[in-house]
Amino acid sequence: MPQSADRILRLTITYLLYNDFVMLNTARSARLDAAFLALADPTRRAILARLTKGEATVMELAKPFDMSQPAISRHLKMLESAGLIARRIDGTRRHCRLTDAGLDDIDQWLTMLRQALEKNYERLDELLVAMASKRGEK
Amino acid sequence: MSKLTLNTEGDRFVVVVRRFAAPPEAVYRAHTEPKLVQQWMLGPHGWTMPVCISEPRPGGRIRYEWAMPGGGGFHLTGEYLELEPYSRIVHVERMFLPEPTPDNHIETRFEKDGDGTLMTMRMTLPDAETRARMLATGMEHGMEASYQRLDKLSVS
Repeated sequence: MPQSADRILRLTITYLLYNDFVMLNTARSARLDAAFLALADPTRRAILARLTKGEATVMELAKPFDMSQPAISRHLKMLESAGLIARRIDGTRRHCRLTDAGLDDIDQWLTMLRQALEKNYERLDELLVAMASKRGEK
Repeated sequence: MSKLTLNTEGDRFVVVVRRFAAPPEAVYRAHTEPKLVQQWMLGPHGWTMPVCISEPRPGGRIRYEWAMPGGGGFHLTGEYLELEPYSRIVHVERMFLPEPTPDNHIETRFEKDGDGTLMTMRMTLPDAETRARMLATGMEHGMEASYQRLDKLSVS
């Protein structure tokens, strides 16, 4: 897998893990188990790698593999139930794409930033008190 | 106790406002003097900053290195662009996670507010990939086991 595709894939997985662990840590283990199971197969990882380049039809995804369409469809179903990909039907074509896990990522990022800053500034409040009392001693 | 407000400005900027119960000089110094920065700019609980370089003059270097409990860490480098003691700092910074994130241009203002300081920090909202990397780095230790599982899968 090219390095950039690998990185995007890891980022996608990171989003999923982040969602499960930090944002919605209810019902997380079932989804995580599904995600890890889905990732524990080279064909499914290759499908994900292909999808990091953009949406593809089931036919296009099946092409590099010597596999029947029902077999590919089973893989896609696993990826979909793990929340890694989404499918849409357009007439007779079936399209797949990586899930838009980043949909709410601005909110997630802002939440993380707020938490980090709040912790920092609470420490800064204490430091400012310490600095003031030190100055008072002089 | 004053509270932090955090708002987006358009889709490119984040503006953080926070009041401190100390005069602008003290808050400004705490943002620029390495020995002071090292004591509070630490992120999640348990992190430390073993290396802190801050040269508060135009063109001066910034380098912060954080260490997480149990190993690992990341660092940030930057440069000061403009400094107006004790009211304004403009600097640029990037994190190495380990690849560098795009430069974040940050303006921090310190205004006298009664016997305290109103601080306004305006920074660039990172792009989606940078946010993902920062989220990943900001995640606490519950994540480590999962990453180890992920590494074992060795996505190849």
